[in-house]
Parts: sequence; C-alpha cells; structure tokens
Amino acid sequence: MIILTGNDLKTGAVVWWDGVSWSLHVENAVDVGDQAGAIMAREEAARRVNVPYSIEATKDENGVRPAHIKDRVRALGPTVRPDLTLKPADPDIGEWVI
Amino acid sequence: MYQYDQYDQAMVDARVAEFRDQAQRRLEGKLSEDQFKPLRLMNGLYLQLHAYMLRVAIPYGTLNSTQMHVLADIADKYDRGYGHFTTRQNIQYNWIKLEDAGDILADLAKVEMHAIQTSGNCIRNISSDHFAGAAQDEVVDPRPYAELLRQWSSFHPEFMYLPRKFKIAVIASDTDRAAMRLHDIGIQIVERDGEIGASFYVGGGMGRTPMIAPNIRDFVPLDQLITYAEACLRVYNRYGRRDNKYKARIKILVHELGAEEYTRQVEEEFAHLLEQGIEPPIAELERIKPYFADPAFEDGPKTVDRSDPDFALWVDRNTHRHKHDSYVSAVISLKPVGGIPGDATAEQMHLMAELAKLYSFDECRVMHTQNVVLPHVKIADLHTLWTKLEAAGLGTPNLDQIGDIIACPGLDYCSLANARSIPLAQKISERFAANGKQDKLGELKLKISGCINACGHHHAGHIGILGVDKKGVENYQLSLGGSEAEDTSLGKITGRGFDEAGVIDAVDTVTDVYLAQREDGERFLDTYNRIGMAPFKEALYD
Ligand code: HEM
Ligand code: SF4
Repeated sequence: MIILTGNDLKTGAVVWWDGVSWSLHVENAVDVGDQAGAIMAREEAARRVNVPYSIEATKDENGVRPAHIKDRVRALGPTVRPDLTLKPADPDIGEWVI
Repeated sequence: MYQYDQYDQAMVDARVAEFRDQAQRRLEGKLSEDQFKPLRLMNGLYLQLHAYMLRVAIPYGTLNSTQMHVLADIADKYDRGYGHFTTRQNIQYNWIKLEDAGDILADLAKVEMHAIQTSGNCIRNISSDHFAGAAQDEVVDPRPYAELLRQWSSFHPEFMYLPRKFKIAVIASDTDRAAMRLHDIGIQIVERDGEIGASFYVGGGMGRTPMIAPNIRDFVPLDQLITYAEACLRVYNRYGRRDNKYKARIKILVHELGAEEYTRQVEEEFAHLLEQGIEPPIAELERIKPYFADPAFEDGPKTVDRSDPDFALWVDRNTHRHKHDSYVSAVISLKPVGGIPGDATAEQMHLMAELAKLYSFDECRVMHTQNVVLPHVKIADLHTLWTKLEAAGLGTPNLDQIGDIIACPGLDYCSLANARSIPLAQKISERFAANGKQDKLGELKLKISGCINACGHHHAGHIGILGVDKKGVENYQLSLGGSEAEDTSLGKITGRGFDEAGVIDAVDTVTDVYLAQREDGERFLDTYNRIGMAPFKEALYD
C-alpha cells in the first residue's frame, strides 16, 4: 500500500494521513492509491502538514508497517528512549523497528 | 569568560526579532517551506526524524552556570527534559516546536547565547581546547583568539554563502585535544623566539572524503591573524566547487590544487589584503583578553586521600593536570555504562551548573568527546565534587576508555542516517564494563557514526564504526587506527561489514588481539601501528 506522512507544521510531530486528517499513529494510515499527489498538494497548501511524502507500507494483523526502517523509527520514536515513543509502556517496542 | 558588548547583544536581539517574524509568517502561510527552510537553518532549526531540532552554539564550548541553567530550563520547558551535547561542543534539542522557537531564542539571547551559524554554508561555531586556560602545556590561552575569530566570522557578509559549511578549531599546545587537523582551518597558537603567532592548517575534514589538513604557514604574526584567515577563506570562496555538494568543502579544493598551489594563492591574496588594512586593531584583542584572565587561584593541598578506591580511580581517569598545582580540570562523564553518549537531563545540567559555580569559578566546558569539564577545581574540593557527581550518575570513571564512546544521534534521531549509532554505544559500553575488559584496555577511543557524514568522528577512532544501509538493513563497517590527536590519522576499514551483534563481537575480537600482542606501555593505537592490520583481519575473518 501507499501511505502519506509528513510533519505537523507547528509542532514538527510526525503525522500520517488517515483519510480525513493527519494522525500521530501509523496504525491509522490509509492506502491512498493514486491520490498521493493530489492529497499532499491540497494538505500542504492548507498548512495542515509540512513536507509530506508518500511511502510504501504493508498491512497485516499487527497493523501498518512502513517499508523503510527510517519511517518505522519516525512512526515509533527513538528506539533508545522507549519512554518517549508512542508506546511507552512496552520496553521492547524498539524491536518493531527492526 | 567573554561578555557581550552592546554590539554583540544588539546583533543577537535583532536576529531574535527577525526570526520571530519569519516563523510567524511561516505559520500563517505567508512563507512556503522552501522559502522558510534557509531562514530557519540560519538559526539552527532543522527538521529531523521526530520534530524540529535546535542546535545552540556554545562558543569554544565555554559556558557559565547561568547559561547552563538556561540550557536546562529550555530542555524542561520546551523539550522533553534533556539535551544532546555534540562533537562540535554544541547542544542539540530534539523535540522543538516551531511555535516555541522564537521564545527559545529569546531566552538564549538573555544569557548571551544563540543558534546563529550553527547550520548553513557559513563559518560555524569555533571550537577549541576544552582545557584552555587551565592546561599546563599551553603557550597561551587560545580562547581570546577563538573569540576574535568568532567576532570576525559572525555575520561576515562575504562568508555567509560559502560553497559549503566551514569549521575552525583553535588550540595552543602541541597536544591536540580539539581534532584541529580535521577542521577546515585548524589554528595552533605557537611561540617562536618569544613571539606569539599562529600556525595554519587548512583543508582537513571528515565526511565521505576524510582528509588531514596540511600546514600551509607555520607562523602568522598575531597582528595579521584575521587577515590571513580572510585570505584562506577568500581563495576558497572564489574557487571552491559550488557545482558539486560532495566536492564543495575546502579539503577538496586544497587537495585538487595541491597544498602548495593553494598556499601560493592564499599568500597572494594575503599580500593584497594587507594593503587593505582589514585587520582589527590589536586593541580589540587586548580588550578581549582580560575576560579570559586567570581566576584568583589559591594554594592548597596538592594530593588527595586515596583511601576510597572508587574515588582514586575517578581521580586517576577523569582529572587532568592543571597549570596551578593545587588545581585540576575535572571531567564529568556523560557516558554512564549503557547510557546515551552526550545526553544530559535538565536536572543533570542544573547540577553541573551548580557545581561549576561552587567549584570551578563559575565555568564549565563542553568537550568534543561529548563530556563536560570543570576546568579549575581545587584538589581540596575533589572528593566533595565526586560525591555529588556519583549521586547524580555523573561520576563514571571512563575518560578516554572504551566506554567513553563518541556516537552521533544516528537513525534514532537523524534524518540522514543509515543505521543507529546509540544502541551500539550502549551495548559496547555495557559489555566491556560487565566483562571487566575496559580496565585492562587503557586508552581506547571508539567512535561511531550513523552515516558517512562522520559526525561521530569514526574516521578518527582508534576503533571506528560506520553505519551503512545494506538493502534496508542496518550494517556496520569497522575501521582501525584512526586518531584525532597530535598524531592525527585516518582509520582503515577492516573488511566486510557486520550486523549489530556481529560488530559488537568484532570490537571484542580486535581488543583481544591487542591484549595478546601489546608490549609494555602500548595503547591500542600503538600496537595497531606496530603490528598493522593483518593480525586483526585474521582474527576477524578467518
Ligand atoms: C542531526 C542533525 C545533523 C545533520 C543533518 C548533520 C549533517 C552533517 C553533514 C551533511 C555532514 C557532512 C558535511 C560534509 O562532509 O560536507 C556533517 C558532518 C559533521 N557533523 Fe553533522 N549533522 C547532524 C548532527 C551532528 C551532530 C549531533 C554532531 C556532533 C555529535 C555533528 C558534528 C559533525 C561533525 C564533527 C562533522 C564532520 C566534520 C566535518 O567534516 O565537517 N553533526 N554533518
Ligand atoms: S553521521 Fe550521519 S547519522 Fe550521524 S548525525 Fe551525522 S548525518 Fe546524522
């Protein structure tokens, strides 16, 4: 699947296109098919996202998984600070990145 | 310490106001990201993996306690309670909001700090010897010269759009503690026949094409220091490779022209500039110097009570000889076993500030090895100091040991990274602490970068590790034999790369080779230089 990501303009937070707006959670990312360019242009113009780009991802029972490790780190947070990731309760969550 | 005069303060304040306006216009959509990016970068604001990242300049690494307290407050108020001290003696915050950036710069400006020229193709923050003004082996204190260069290079209109970034280091002793020859310009302040002058090394650097700077002039009289630096920059500004980002650093120009031809052109420009009279009056240097005058040292005990072995070990490892024999420079390790190299929490920063105030004439320094030093500590105060550091997790006795690892942020934070650096540093420091080998190894400098940009100085590590991308999987290349001290050398790659577990084992293996082969008094680097790569390769790959 093709999903969209970028940063929130004001906070810089990593965000994912969920079909309606931008979510902090990669699980909410939706396949945009061939609409990537149009959505990004519209959303960037509206300042709802900063420097968006499209990436490949897969989806299975564990949720959406970006194809590249860099985007998995972005999706989670720094693997060396589990407490600062989006899953602070799970000390082994860094494994998901690899 | 230097204190801003009205010009310094006015310039910095004006920049804060300007940036606030720019950020506001970006938030309102009046500026596009393409328009705004160069403006934010001029103020040290990057967009990194998780948020905006702010890099704050710490001129020649020197801070007073008020400034360190403000760095801690920023970490608390605008970030997530910590900061990362870097190999260029700066600090980076990883979780900055664009909405807050103006306020942060304003907070910094109140204590004579800023983020100007911490990014972009300009002259970056000047780095220096972290023991400046304290070291026993320096000819003079290099900081007044670093400060003069800072003033000259700040907003220098001719050098705001160089072909590429430009980094200068200044030292004043034969022992190099600032990786001087791996900078675009390395300046060593020297004494010749009773006269002080500057020896210029130009065209060093790390990155994808590491080079050791050749000496292009062994003595520039002090009243021509700035003119000579200007000539070096001018030749580069004119002929540096603007056509290719990867060939745009001055090291490539010096290499392609040859040091001799580059020097000839510099000398020609220098002769021309001398006629223009651009050198600041020597009175300016004389105005700066008193800010760096020695504090009021007092005589006192010259030895410590060594009955506590943990304390004795810390004294042996983490203190450095001072020019006054009742004092030492004490290094606060930001490399706890299993910790993140260079990270400090707001509480730790507050504590370091307090300790600087109590025990080091209100001064501390960031080291390029990502530690912090209290330059002037009375030997009589060492035990009290150590006790307080220990209690805060800042007393690790590992200066220049294998656990004192330099590591760049890598793929955990950096958008340019191929692989993570920090987890490797954590696992290596844990392994060598647990198996007791650290204590047997002596001085061993291990440096890790997450990509070829070499922010973690891997080329200059006795053992260097470089993260590479192997079809989307993290992979690590090992190199041996680098140094960034007075014996500067570039490491050589051992052979094919390793995965994360493999490279940690590989570090273990090469240290075994060293322990088996070392002769009396040899450091890892000495043994490597004597026996060469072959025995290490054999142990690693056969
Ligand atoms: C996270 C954001 C960072 C980015 C985007 C970044 C980018 C770069 C790039 C592109 C280069 C190569 C320049 C060239 O060869 O022309 C470089 C080199 C370097 N950076 Fe970074 N870096 C970052 C963080 C750091 C940190 C955290 C440190 C200190 C720990 C650092 C210190 C250095 C040093 C010492 C060099 C090599 C020396 C040189 O040749 O200039 N950088 N950086
Ligand atoms: S070496 Fe590469 S990964 Fe590490 S901080 Fe520099 S640019 Fe980022």
